[in-house]
Amino acid sequence: MRFVLQKLGFYAVALWAAVTLDFLIPRLMPGNPVDQLVSKLAQKGQVTPETRRAIELLLGADLDQPLWQQYLGFWGQIARGDLGRSVAYFPASVSDMIGQTLPWTLGLIGLSTIISFLLGVGLGTFAGWKRGSWVDNLIPSLTMLQSVPYFWLALILLYVFGLILGVSPLNGGYDPWNTFPGWNWAFIQSVIYYGTLPAITIVVSSVGGWMLGMRNMMVSTLSEDYILTAEAKGIHPRRIMRAYAARNAVLPSVAGFAISLGFVVAGSIVAEVVFSYPGIGNMLLQAVNSNDYALMQGIFLVITLSVLGANLLVDLLYGVIDPRTRARS
Amino acid sequence: MRNLPPLTPKLLVGLTIVGAFVLWGIVGPFVVADPSGIDNIGLSAPSADHLLGTTQTGQDVLAQFAHATRGSLIIGLVVGVLTLLLSAFFGVVGAYVGGWVDEGFSLFSNVMLVIPGLPLVIIISSYVTDKSVWLVAGVLAITSWAGSARVLRGFTLSVRSRDYVLAARVAGERPWRVLLVEILPNLVPLLASQAVFGIIFAILGEAGLSFLGLGATGSFTWGTMLYYAQNSLALMRGAWWWFIPPGLSIALFGAALALINFSIDEIINPRLRDHTRAVTKRWQVTGPSSGTAVEGAAPAEKEATA
Repeated sequence: MRFVLQKLGFYAVALWAAVTLDFLIPRLMPGNPVDQLVSKLAQKGQVTPETRRAIELLLGADLDQPLWQQYLGFWGQIARGDLGRSVAYFPASVSDMIGQTLPWTLGLIGLSTIISFLLGVGLGTFAGWKRGSWVDNLIPSLTMLQSVPYFWLALILLYVFGLILGVSPLNGGYDPWNTFPGWNWAFIQSVIYYGTLPAITIVVSSVGGWMLGMRNMMVSTLSEDYILTAEAKGIHPRRIMRAYAARNAVLPSVAGFAISLGFVVAGSIVAEVVFSYPGIGNMLLQAVNSNDYALMQGIFLVITLSVLGANLLVDLLYGVIDPRTRARS
Repeated sequence: MRNLPPLTPKLLVGLTIVGAFVLWGIVGPFVVADPSGIDNIGLSAPSADHLLGTTQTGQDVLAQFAHATRGSLIIGLVVGVLTLLLSAFFGVVGAYVGGWVDEGFSLFSNVMLVIPGLPLVIIISSYVTDKSVWLVAGVLAITSWAGSARVLRGFTLSVRSRDYVLAARVAGERPWRVLLVEILPNLVPLLASQAVFGIIFAILGEAGLSFLGLGATGSFTWGTMLYYAQNSLALMRGAWWWFIPPGLSIALFGAALALINFSIDEIINPRLRDHTRAVTKRWQVTGPSSGTAVEGAAPAEKEATA
């Protein structure tokens, strides 16, 4: 119980820090969103003080209030789930826009991350168990793939599979002409067809890290005394590998999984831009390009919230699978 | 230095590639033509005049590549050093001082760790219209030090409680001396490997940021080259000479740094060296099935106690 409370406390602090950052960045940065929008509008025609006032209110930048009052108001807005209105997609509200794009990101990025993790851990177990085998020799080349910039690799694969071989669509998340979003088979099929190449690129570029980490932990674990004891007892090698070595060696990878989630979201932004995928990362970039500050703030908040939530989940799970973490706290 | 990594083929290859890039980054910009000079020959394939062809506006790709190499290396170096300083401060100092300072530092770096970096970087850089290379480097450093601070903290905690550190304290050495002379040398391999990771991360991060069009304004890096190449549909038009070199350089440079890191890792964790199950089995006299013998296993075991 104490362990759970500690974790919850930590994530409460992290949440507070994230929300405060989200609140402070627009107010501390030299560029004023209102000024930027006004100067954009001024290129098209005269901007009256009334228009300026309207934009200020729209962006929620009511500069008459003291900062702490704005801060409290910001929390109130979040609590009500009201993230303001998007300028680029006016009059859609920010929460609607996020609600539209989030499922795409969760589906593509979430699934490919889990596949990559399972595949990497599995291969890493095997590579550590049989050092010097062909799987083990794969590791240097797979870790090399990790230092390849993701978007570069993805663009080349997109060029090869999409343009030269023509087996994969070039962009988008589904076929907008022949299918209609909803729970029908044609649409699901199209989503799978459009999502396969992005998912493969994500798995290819991230599997090496999991594999290397797992393999190194396997090697360390296999030199423990209890493995020798297990061998001496005549336990079947496969059982030693799975129940004795892999179960202990996987722990750091599980902990790393939580930390990597943040990077996963980061990578997803680039992935979605390359494949013009209708996810939240692509929308963040569009918001940035059209100076849509309310949408940017909202997306940052949602991304942070989901990363924090996933982290909390993995942390609590970790407490279950590794009793030592509970005992230590 | 007893702790210098042995010159394995891995390390040699890594050092050679890194050295070649650094040399090219230093010397290259002096020997190539003007990277921004436009020409009316347009997009053209590699030739004797332009060894790596030209861009859409007839700019020499080789010249751009030389300047981009310098730009990316500078970003990598600056971010690497900044991350090292930040993570060493929050990781090592916190763990050494202990108590509330440690709790605070540790909480701070854990919070920084779970807040996703790239979205934060994108948002910060979207507010600043005219970005310098230093700003980009600074932002990348701020969002990337937390991971290595955590690693360093864990290791410092274990070093701090060793007997010889206690002995040094009892002998009346001043705290900063214990930290700098007794503890820090033990952390050098770990610091080096974290710094190398920092450099890889920075170059990749900058490339991603530039690719999204949010990099430093008016600078040449591998990332901005790829951004312009992608914006003029270089790949779709078959201009591989424009698209391949910067990406391949990032990959090669990153792989070379990773190779160096492997060698450093083997110092930090001697078990990764030759202490395999095959070797363990070979120690047992009745082990005919041990297969190929691994040379140099015995000395590795001796060093493992170090």
